Amino acid sequence: MSLALLLGLAFLQAPAPARPVIVASKPFGESYLLAEMFSQLLESQGLRVDRRPGLGATEIAFRALRSGAIDVYPEYTGTGLLAILGEPPLGDASAVYRRVSTEFRSRFGVRWLAPLGFQNSYAIAVRRGTADSLHLATLSDLARESQKIRAGLTPDFIGRADGLPGLQRAYNLRFRDVRALGPSVKYQALAAGQVDVIDGYSTDGLIARYDLVVLTDDRHFFPPYEAAALVSERLALHMPEAVLALSELSGRLDAERMRTLNKRVEVDGASVNVVAHDALASLGLVVGGATERAASPVVKRETLSAYVVAQRSVLARLSVRHVELVIVSLLVAIVIALPLGLLLERAPHCAEAIIRSVGVLQTLPGIALLAFMIPLLGIGVVPALVALVLYSLYPIVRNTYTGVRDADPSAVAAAHALGMTDAQVLRHVRLPLAAPVIMAGVRTAAVIDVGTATLAAFIGAGGLGEPIVAGLALADTRMILSGAIPAALLAVVVDGALALVERRVRPGQR
Amino acid sequence: MLSPTQDRFALAAEHVSKRFGAIVALDGVSLDVPNGACIALVGESGSGKSTLLRCFNRLVDPDSGVVRVDGADVAATDPVHLRRRIGYVPQDGGLLPHWRVQRNVELVLRLNGNEATTERAATALSLVGLDPSRFGDRWPSELSGGQRQRVAIARALAAEPDVLLLDEPFGALDAITRSELQDAFIALRARIRATSVLVTHDLHEAMLLATHIAVMHRGRIEQCARPDELVGAPATEYVQTLLRRARVTHAVSA
Repeated sequence: MSLALLLGLAFLQAPAPARPVIVASKPFGESYLLAEMFSQLLESQGLRVDRRPGLGATEIAFRALRSGAIDVYPEYTGTGLLAILGEPPLGDASAVYRRVSTEFRSRFGVRWLAPLGFQNSYAIAVRRGTADSLHLATLSDLARESQKIRAGLTPDFIGRADGLPGLQRAYNLRFRDVRALGPSVKYQALAAGQVDVIDGYSTDGLIARYDLVVLTDDRHFFPPYEAAALVSERLALHMPEAVLALSELSGRLDAERMRTLNKRVEVDGASVNVVAHDALASLGLVVGGATERAASPVVKRETLSAYVVAQRSVLARLSVRHVELVIVSLLVAIVIALPLGLLLERAPHCAEAIIRSVGVLQTLPGIALLAFMIPLLGIGVVPALVALVLYSLYPIVRNTYTGVRDADPSAVAAAHALGMTDAQVLRHVRLPLAAPVIMAGVRTAAVIDVGTATLAAFIGAGGLGEPIVAGLALADTRMILSGAIPAALLAVVVDGALALVERRVRPGQR
Repeated sequence: MLSPTQDRFALAAEHVSKRFGAIVALDGVSLDVPNGACIALVGESGSGKSTLLRCFNRLVDPDSGVVRVDGADVAATDPVHLRRRIGYVPQDGGLLPHWRVQRNVELVLRLNGNEATTERAATALSLVGLDPSRFGDRWPSELSGGQRQRVAIARALAAEPDVLLLDEPFGALDAITRSELQDAFIALRARIRATSVLVTHDLHEAMLLATHIAVMHRGRIEQCARPDELVGAPATEYVQTLLRRARVTHAVSA
């Protein structure tokens, strides 16, 4: 089954003329929504669509597009200019669009379709109470009071040139404290008074939900971030009907409409599919009854159990994929790490150095590793497996080496003294005696794998990470738990099953 | 198999030296062990007695000098084949914990590709006073210290080697068990013909079990003699001191 899976995906990676249009998104609510609208538009034109929502971040999504692993995802012109091209900001929206259009086309072969019609800039937001008491309306006001302010900013924002570093220079800001907060928790942290200011997106639905005040960028520091479909060379050159279908959305979405749509997803808990369909229907781009659902904006959130029951076939499919990822990567890791550990036992002088460098792999952030591999392996199951294998090597190599090296020294010495060759000692004495230690390493690797395999969702490989990533992006706890709980159970089951194996390989026991 | 002759010494060391870094373990040692003898190497820790023992099955290769087994220079023999013809009993038994007693005793027989390993292992177990039907299926962890050493001796003897090396085989046992094992060893010696080298720090044990005693001190052999000769005519002051400290007199050894 696993081999078939690998072969199947290797086949999928190969450019085939009949390939469906692969639509991806970045892992936040608006991106999911726009990608779903793209997908439904394409499907309404009779095109086949393969959805890969929630790709890790700008770096991963863009590399995937550039290498042709995906065909389209929603991107923002300002991000293209600053984060991808690494150029200084331009003040004028159409100038930014012209710049990224020509540069992306000539440098990467990818195309920006005409903008969708709204900007989604960074929105520096405070609680209404803070704004009132400190008289804050603009970022200049914020700079004046910044010594009293605790900031909770996304790591992305803290790092990028068009984020905190530039903002500090432009406004001479000096916050009392800057904390890195994940996108999924920043709004709650602000609402709870843990921090006083956060970076959001101007079209975030949660700004309205928490009654926040967005401070005006009075010095026009932030460049224009116009949303547009970014499409691959393949789509641009060979599938004009797809480009045409996507272009129908150009100029049709204004900021007000986008905020409303985001709010339905992020605040009211409506499903992305439904909201995307309604939006397209009300724009007259697809046929279907949108009015009925749109009339009742607040969708009652189901309980977790009801949600799980409703999603059971999807969750079952994701669980199977998750298990496949874990089993295949674990087997490959064993095939590599076990002989390596044995080899190192023969070369003790360089063993520690090599094992330590394998350990360094363990410390690489998953997203960075995945982003790095996209040009080589594209997106999907193959790079996910490679990443999981790399993460599993260390415990198995380490335990194999230690277990074999430290195997009962008196038994090993006696076996030698009675005339076993080195190979016989390894096979008949060291390996069986090290088996429980090696199995413990395999167990550790397996449990790490179950957890790490959730990262696979960031490169479109599926698995239980998919609802977790989507749930985080959409602020949907129920969705997060529907992935996290099975993943945790899986870790317990895998560990327990391997514990049984470990007991069976323990020497000198019945 | 070997066919030792009376005029050739079964084991011999000629001017053997060995250093471990700055430490001189063997300092030009020469020793002849007659065929069928049991020689005890006696001395304190660090005297070189275990190192000398290990030269005979090439667990240690000397820096200089020649070590002979049945007249042949061991340096010219393949160590693996050499070891398969020499029985070896380490102090801690060295049983393989993942093998049952029977399988442990069959070890060398199987390495040699012998036939009838089950029967020969059973014979070896009986020889050391263990009932094969009772003990054969046990795990080493289910044995007492004395039983483990008996199994280790059975394992060393199963392939009927011409040479038996015992490295402090009873050193880790309590006094009562040690004395039982010593009696068993004496009984055993009466039934096998293997030339034996026994390393011990216990002069009493050497007197009891060995036909010859070599007293070692700082990597040299002080004196090599029959037990009664050693007591009657200690060759050096060190041997005298050793005898006095161990309170060994003529009467005891007689």
